[in-house]
Amino acid sequence: MNIHAIRAIYLFEMARTGRTLLQSIVAPVLSTSLYFIVFGAAIGSRMQEIDGVSYGSFIVPGLIMLTLLTQSISNASFAIYFPKFTGTIYEVLSAPVSPVEIVTGYVGAAATKSIILALIILATAGLFVEIEIQHPVWMLLFLVLTAVTFSLFGFIIGIWADGFEKLQLVPLLIVTPLTFLGGSFYSINMLPPVWQTVALFNPVVYLVSGFRWSFFGTADVNIGISLSMTLVFLFICLAIVTWIFRTGYRLKN
Amino acid sequence: MQNIISVANLSKVYASGFEALKDVSLDIRRGEIFALLGPNGAGKTTLISIICGLVNPSRGRVLADGHDVVAEYKAARSRIGLVPQELTTDAFETVWATVTFSRGLFGKPANPAHIEKILRELSLWDKKDSKLRTLSGGMKRRVMIAKALSHEPDILFLDEPTAGVDVELRRDMWEVVRQLRQSGVTIILTTHYIEEAEEMADRIGVIHRGQIILVEEKAELMRKLGKKQLTLQLQEPIDALPAGLESYGLKLDGAGDELVYSYDADAEQKGIADLLKALGAAGIHYKDLQTSQRSLEEIFVSLVSERT
Ligand SMILES: Nc1ncnc2c1ncn2[C@@H]1O[C@H](COP(=O)(O)OP(=O)(O)OP(=O)(O)O)[C@@H](O)[C@H]1O
Ligand SMILES: [Mg+2]
Repeated sequence: MNIHAIRAIYLFEMARTGRTLLQSIVAPVLSTSLYFIVFGAAIGSRMQEIDGVSYGSFIVPGLIMLTLLTQSISNASFAIYFPKFTGTIYEVLSAPVSPVEIVTGYVGAAATKSIILALIILATAGLFVEIEIQHPVWMLLFLVLTAVTFSLFGFIIGIWADGFEKLQLVPLLIVTPLTFLGGSFYSINMLPPVWQTVALFNPVVYLVSGFRWSFFGTADVNIGISLSMTLVFLFICLAIVTWIFRTGYRLKN
Repeated sequence: MQNIISVANLSKVYASGFEALKDVSLDIRRGEIFALLGPNGAGKTTLISIICGLVNPSRGRVLADGHDVVAEYKAARSRIGLVPQELTTDAFETVWATVTFSRGLFGKPANPAHIEKILRELSLWDKKDSKLRTLSGGMKRRVMIAKALSHEPDILFLDEPTAGVDVELRRDMWEVVRQLRQSGVTIILTTHYIEEAEEMADRIGVIHRGQIILVEEKAELMRKLGKKQLTLQLQEPIDALPAGLESYGLKLDGAGDELVYSYDADAEQKGIADLLKALGAAGIHYKDLQTSQRSLEEIFVSLVSERT
């Protein structure tokens, strides 16, 4: 194991994050605060409780997931796309590092950053609404699993993308709709029956549901199923990354 | 083991179908400076990229210090430093950070003393805290050399190291390369500047259209290059060489009004005096004469044009 290399990549990425600290933290915190003001305070005060949880508190896990997903994808995709774009990737490709080590460095850093952000947003939410976490260990598990899985997904997008449009296309056209339709702001049970079935094809539903369970102990989907689906998506991403490095897809000629 | 790099029957067909390398075999000796010459698009960068792991070979194999560059890539790559042709740097990093990063990436524990030594040798020490985007092109090139040397490689690839570098700096870089060789590093450089190969290399290889067409000791090449020619413009054209002059190996050129005599520059120049006397005796008069020497450049051009 080339520990020095993993450390070098990880620290390099964290230093890059550090240089853009303000924009990488201020923007998500600001938008989350806006969500709370609009959905939590303005609209939420007129909403019924869902499963015995006030609406303001109910949307906290969904909002954190929203940030976690988008940040994991954008951090990781940019981290690998940028050196590919500028050409500095040559150094990583010519170094004695294995695919596992490369991915650990980049994905580890991207996941770390989005987990830190998620925790900051959790703290911000605490300023607006009351938050109880019934299963903190499960909450952290879901946080880490989701961050890692979607950082891997972002890594794949970063390698696949051959232009800045593609880099933004997937988060914009796929991930944002999936998160909004994934029950971030409502319970799947509130949908008409047909749409409830459709929703079960949305992987984000399982993430939000599992994450919400760790807060309130209630969920749209069984926690075991949530966890399994998250793991399934994780393994699909791992398989694609393995294939990428085996073939050199978009990395080597 | 005498050969530190051994390329055997290497071919590369790019996805476009273009065959950039055709059955290339080449051995690089431990501790030498090897210059790879060739026109644009000959396949120099492709060859280096395969050895360094940036391009997948289509056929054949490469051993670096006895390790297969594909199957045992970790062992092979940890011995190799690469300075690519294109200047690519992380604009917002400092010189110090980027060179330290390279060392870690190649699996070596931090060693600030070593990095300081490299930066000083490359006259970059006073720039160590500068962001890369504030450096000039020549400085960036040196930063890339520093990155390649950060992990103390045994083999260093320099893909056109002096492109866009001014004359003075070029001499400094040659000096750095010589010192590296002194310390036991094997160096493979590509260049378009013949004088650079002449100045630096122990051996010279010429690649053209994906094939190695010549590999020779520089000294040997220089000896060939040492061949001089004496051309005599005759007053009257002649049909044939007069008898008695065969031993000089003369050649009749032009419209029969030019005599060309090839001789060794190192050898005693007595040959010329004898020849001129013999010509006078044979009644051949000349109105002008000139001597010329083939340069490596001419050899290179004629080698390449022979193949086209
Ligand atoms: N990714 C690629 N896809 C298709 N063809 C390529 C690719 N990279 C290089 N080539 C072709 O392979 C040939 C060799 O290119 P290479 O870069 O190895 O040449 P070179 O000898 O380094 O030239 P130069 O002196 O200009 O740097 C060229 O004809 C080039 O167009
Ligand atoms: Mg080249």
